[in-house]
Amino acid sequence: MTLNRRDFIKAAGATVAMGSLYGCAGGAKGSGNVVVIGGGYGGATVAKYIRMWSDGGINVTLVEPNPAFVSCPISNLVLAGEKTINDITTSYDGLKKHGVRVIHDTATAVDPVKRTVTLSKNGALSYDRLVVSPGIDFIWESVPGLTPAISDSKIFHSWKAGPQTVALRKQLESMPDGGIYALCIPKAPYRCPPGPYERASMIANYFKAHKPKSKVLVLDANADVTSKGPLFKKAWGDLYSGMLEYRGNHSITKLDVASQTVEFEFGDKVKADVLNIVPAQKAGMIANAAGLTNVGGRWCGVDWKTLESTAHKNIHVLGDSTASSPGMPKSGHMATQHSKVAAAAIVNLMSGQAAPDPMVIANTCYSFVSSKEVVHVAHPYVFNGKEFAVPKGAGGVSPSRNELEAKYALAWAKNIWADALL
Amino acid sequence: MKHSKIALAVALLGLSSAALADGHVLGRNMASACASCHGTNGHSVGGMDPLAGMPKDEMLRKVRDFRSGAKPATVMQQLSKGYTDEQIEMIANYYAAQK
Repeated sequence: MTLNRRDFIKAAGATVAMGSLYGCAGGAKGSGNVVVIGGGYGGATVAKYIRMWSDGGINVTLVEPNPAFVSCPISNLVLAGEKTINDITTSYDGLKKHGVRVIHDTATAVDPVKRTVTLSKNGALSYDRLVVSPGIDFIWESVPGLTPAISDSKIFHSWKAGPQTVALRKQLESMPDGGIYALCIPKAPYRCPPGPYERASMIANYFKAHKPKSKVLVLDANADVTSKGPLFKKAWGDLYSGMLEYRGNHSITKLDVASQTVEFEFGDKVKADVLNIVPAQKAGMIANAAGLTNVGGRWCGVDWKTLESTAHKNIHVLGDSTASSPGMPKSGHMATQHSKVAAAAIVNLMSGQAAPDPMVIANTCYSFVSSKEVVHVAHPYVFNGKEFAVPKGAGGVSPSRNELEAKYALAWAKNIWADALL
Repeated sequence: MKHSKIALAVALLGLSSAALADGHVLGRNMASACASCHGTNGHSVGGMDPLAGMPKDEMLRKVRDFRSGAKPATVMQQLSKGYTDEQIEMIANYYAAQK
């Protein structure tokens, strides 16, 4: 049997009708309601990409308490006086243009059977699929003597960018020359592994120019620098010798707020003029309230093919709250990549199709070691049927600190903010 | 006979259109990972190479040169090693089709 041209023309007509089953070249479109809890890197990106890839077919409601997005990456430059808080703030108006309904409120409870989310001010929302992307919350008991109230008024963590970023910057500005700034780092895993070391570098950079008799003390609960160690240590030796001191194995046992003194399991007490304590971390509060923290009661287990929770069906968890796949950092960039795997899965599943195999995803973290020089860490992650892992020989760090990557770091920020929010 | 021929053609075209749609979606998904740095659908907002509309051959050459180390790079030599030739081709097809 041969097929002639006419047969194909007739057949082509028939496949146009068939094509709609596949959503033509655009793939699945989907319908129904998605609620996203959290408008950080993960939540903003997934909201936008579900709208985009469903061609507006799926309704997306984003619940976020903050009036605007403030980026943690680049916030250490605000602490160092190199950037302002406005430079790292982006409005949610861009998401509204994609048809995302943005509600500024806090999600307080989830009913995974009735598929509803309770909000603190605006009643409840129903969902077909829920995305939980709340970032991290703090384990206050990890720092005996520290409370949320003290952390909000005097001894800041500044590990969620926003008012605390501005407040810590003010403390650094008011500190007399010759003062001590101490940064206490929690045991891993915590949000942004290289973040504390970038912060220490950039505050030393500020002191070097403006308060040269001052000192940066890095008190790390980990045995050693957890990310880009040799690059940070080289920069500290070359640029901040005598000004920045690093001490590993410093787990806090007691904080005395009045005297700004910290005691440790091993080592001497430290009294500081500016004390910046970053407590240990766990999945954002709502993840626990929703019964999703099924890994050590602290993080959320997910099926890495779809980012669907292993605790509850129809709920996807993204970003810092997940129990990380091997070698995956808790980072803003990583969260956006989780979002794209989840968005692709959600759009297919809400069109009655199977979730696609996840794409290769990647992480790139740039860290400033001075106002002009940057070091990076970058890895691709490939799905192996169960989880993501870095292929042998792939990924790595900068060979040395350099000025070119400082330009890339700022370009990265502009582009990732636009990809998530515009 | 005539009808069965048309049915076969429908089946073949149907399959290929489904395969095309699938291919497009996989390419779109694969390419979206690049967008965090290079902009949504490859439309960079500045400071990173735009990928939208880059001819397929140019993209393939660049990525292969990153992987081999022939083209100097910062992160791309390290990231490109995570991709197979087929995956790079999917990404190149997707971005070449973006306006």
